[in-house]
Amino acid sequence: MSTPAPYKVYMPPVPEEIRGGKAQPLLIVDKLRKYFPVRGGVLNRVTAMVKAVDDVTFEVQKGEVLGIVGESGCGKSTTARLVMQLIKPDAGTLVYDGDPVGAFRGISVSALRRKVQMVFQESFASLNPRLSISDSISYAPKMHGTPRAEADERTERLLRDVGLNPAQFARRYPHELSGGQRQRVNIARALALEPKLLILDESVSALDKSVEAQVLNLLVELKQKRDLTYMFISHDLNVVEFISDRVLVMYLGKVVETGPVDEIYRNPRHPYTKALLRSKPSFDPAHRTTEMPLTGDPPSPLNPPSGCRFRTRCAFAESVCAAKVPELAATPDSPPQHEVSCHMFVAGSGHSRAISGGLS
Amino acid sequence: MAQAAQTPIVDVRDLKVEFRRREQSVAAVNGVTFSLMPGEVLTILGESGSGKSVTLKALMGLVPDYAHVSGTALVAGKDVVGMSKDELRKIRGPVVSMIFQEPMTALDPVFTIGDQIAEIIRTHEGLSHRAAMKRALELLEMVSIPSAARRLKNYPHEMSGGMRQRAMIAMALACRPSVLLADEPTTALDVTVQIQILLLLRQIQKEMGMAVVFVTHDVGVAAEISDQVAVMYAGRLVETGTVYEVLSERSHPYTEGLLSSTVHGGMKGQPLDMIRGQPPNLAALPPGCSFAPRCNQAAESCHRVDAPSVTLGPGRLVRCIRAQPLLAAE
Ligand SMILES: Nc1ncnc2c1ncn2[C@@H]1O[C@H](COP(=O)(O)OP(=O)(O)OP(=O)(O)O)[C@@H](O)[C@H]1O
Ligand SMILES: Nc1ncnc2c1ncn2[C@@H]1O[C@H](COP(=O)(O)OP(=O)(O)O)[C@@H](O)[C@H]1O
Ligand code: SF4
Ligand SMILES: [Mg+2]
Ligand SMILES: [Mg+2]
Repeated sequence: MSTPAPYKVYMPPVPEEIRGGKAQPLLIVDKLRKYFPVRGGVLNRVTAMVKAVDDVTFEVQKGEVLGIVGESGCGKSTTARLVMQLIKPDAGTLVYDGDPVGAFRGISVSALRRKVQMVFQESFASLNPRLSISDSISYAPKMHGTPRAEADERTERLLRDVGLNPAQFARRYPHELSGGQRQRVNIARALALEPKLLILDESVSALDKSVEAQVLNLLVELKQKRDLTYMFISHDLNVVEFISDRVLVMYLGKVVETGPVDEIYRNPRHPYTKALLRSKPSFDPAHRTTEMPLTGDPPSPLNPPSGCRFRTRCAFAESVCAAKVPELAATPDSPPQHEVSCHMFVAGSGHSRAISGGLS
Repeated sequence: MAQAAQTPIVDVRDLKVEFRRREQSVAAVNGVTFSLMPGEVLTILGESGSGKSVTLKALMGLVPDYAHVSGTALVAGKDVVGMSKDELRKIRGPVVSMIFQEPMTALDPVFTIGDQIAEIIRTHEGLSHRAAMKRALELLEMVSIPSAARRLKNYPHEMSGGMRQRAMIAMALACRPSVLLADEPTTALDVTVQIQILLLLRQIQKEMGMAVVFVTHDVGVAAEISDQVAVMYAGRLVETGTVYEVLSERSHPYTEGLLSSTVHGGMKGQPLDMIRGQPPNLAALPPGCSFAPRCNQAAESCHRVDAPSVTLGPGRLVRCIRAQPLLAAE
């Protein structure tokens, strides 16, 4: 087994005048990698690796919503946990607003954890059942030394901001709230340390549609009011289209396509993105889906296919697809921000449909 | 035969299921009425806790002893309300069978998929183990499980979510039921797998001429699969009709609210319509129309008196005071 590259690659900090500027991406993620060892056998030795996140690279611009979509197990949550530094990457670098994370003269992990906050899917599991709503929200600020009176005042304002009347809700406990109300509390709690970046991992997925719409509207409103940046992770393609400015499509631990939301939804290039979008149920009974866009389940991320990971389900796979990993790169005939990882979009890749032909 | 086509295969009148406990009673199903013709697909569309699963379980006689069930529920001509356990066991499988919301709880972890399917066939049709296994293999092939012969020997935990759900469908179809009850069979699956299962169910349903009651909270899924749609709120059907009627006319304010708050393509850049508040507590239903506290069209009387059931056509019902022509005109 090859030893993974050391994580803390030294990167000089960006000069003061650029750091924090508008053009500086809020987050740069470069070649992030996490393999989980799988143990087995009588000796409990590592028998395989789950390649949960494999050389994932992307940027999050200030003030944007970056949507991340893909089937379950493709590495969305692992990416989020790596960005939050809740788990240690095997390789790759993270640069927060010009500062390399955890590196000499960069930003420390604890400082990063204040600027980046996360809201999870399970609204119950993430709240302490023994803390009242207001104590839950003011806990972190108090821990970080905010004076009691100021923390309490902030909590009241946050409750109001997420649409909960403090007089009615502050003293309640998590089990006395509905799922939608609990998720509002989780959002308020995530905002308590006044972060810049909010990572929302399936945060509306467990909610009923009528309540989901309320929380989505709230997220849009809060983002404007508080100048926030979001990473919005969801398997719901419609919700991601609604809220995102740019989209990252993942498949088995890799980014297969990324670009502005309209580009991805109107002009998807990667065969997986196309199939994913065609799998969305139609809302019109007069135009039902008649053909299966894909067959079979996603393969296991344990020892994924060689070359292009999608090749086992791809209708266009050729021998080059098994031999070589396609790079994520701009295509000549789409806007430069639109990047695809498929041999059909690389001139001279050896794929019979390479570039000039393309798809459809 | 022509006669049979005229008679509903499922005919439910004023079905009520109340869970009675010492401290409180929960009115999970609150007077549900619908009927379904052989070979048709009816979807019950509703949010969490609205009573969808309890309705299906009542049709299978699968509610716990402390549940109080009333009304009638004819399945293939026989009333399952008050049916003895013995009789129920006889109809489960050949007459009515169910695909459950949580496949892991319905499949037995200690038996192989093949054994579980064969066992059902053996109990109902008295076939030999060998013949039953052969049928099980055919069933796995019918639900497009690749290398079906090998999969027969798998335990449930050895299969992916999509495969498990296919195995559940195979099991439910083992005795060629006239009525299939499908409780959110695709909710836990990825979209790419969900659409495969929906297409598969649609194809098998046509081939077998089976009636299906399908439960979902997803409007898109309802649009893909249904002939008829019944929208459920707080234990009641508030609107029924063909899938076209319900999705386009949206005559009940809840239907309208639910459909317009559901995010789909082309809603970017504008605030979403939403229904204020949350679904009611079934242990303490408000008086009058259950939707009144959240309804933006509620009249004063909606908070006091039950909404009338207004018939707009055959099978087309709307439970709302605004659906009455006289009131609508004012
Ligand atoms: N065995 C039970 N005892 C007491 N209450 C129950 C029981 N089963 C269900 N309920 C209650 O009945 C109501 C309806 O439940 P049901 O499972 O039918 O909802 P549903 O519409 O299927 O929701 P979901 O979409 O979440 O599956 C809920 O309030 C639920 O808590
Ligand atoms: N702690 C862990 N140990 C082993 N495997 C893990 C662990 N966390 C995640 N995985 C595996 O990594 C892959 C990606 O998981 P995840 O990031 O949770 O996917 P997603 O959020 O896209 O559904 C999955 O195959 C998952 O089972
Ligand atoms: S690289 Fe090959 S297998 Fe992968 S998506 Fe493109 S054509 Fe299909
Ligand atoms: Mg996840
Ligand atoms: Mg249910």
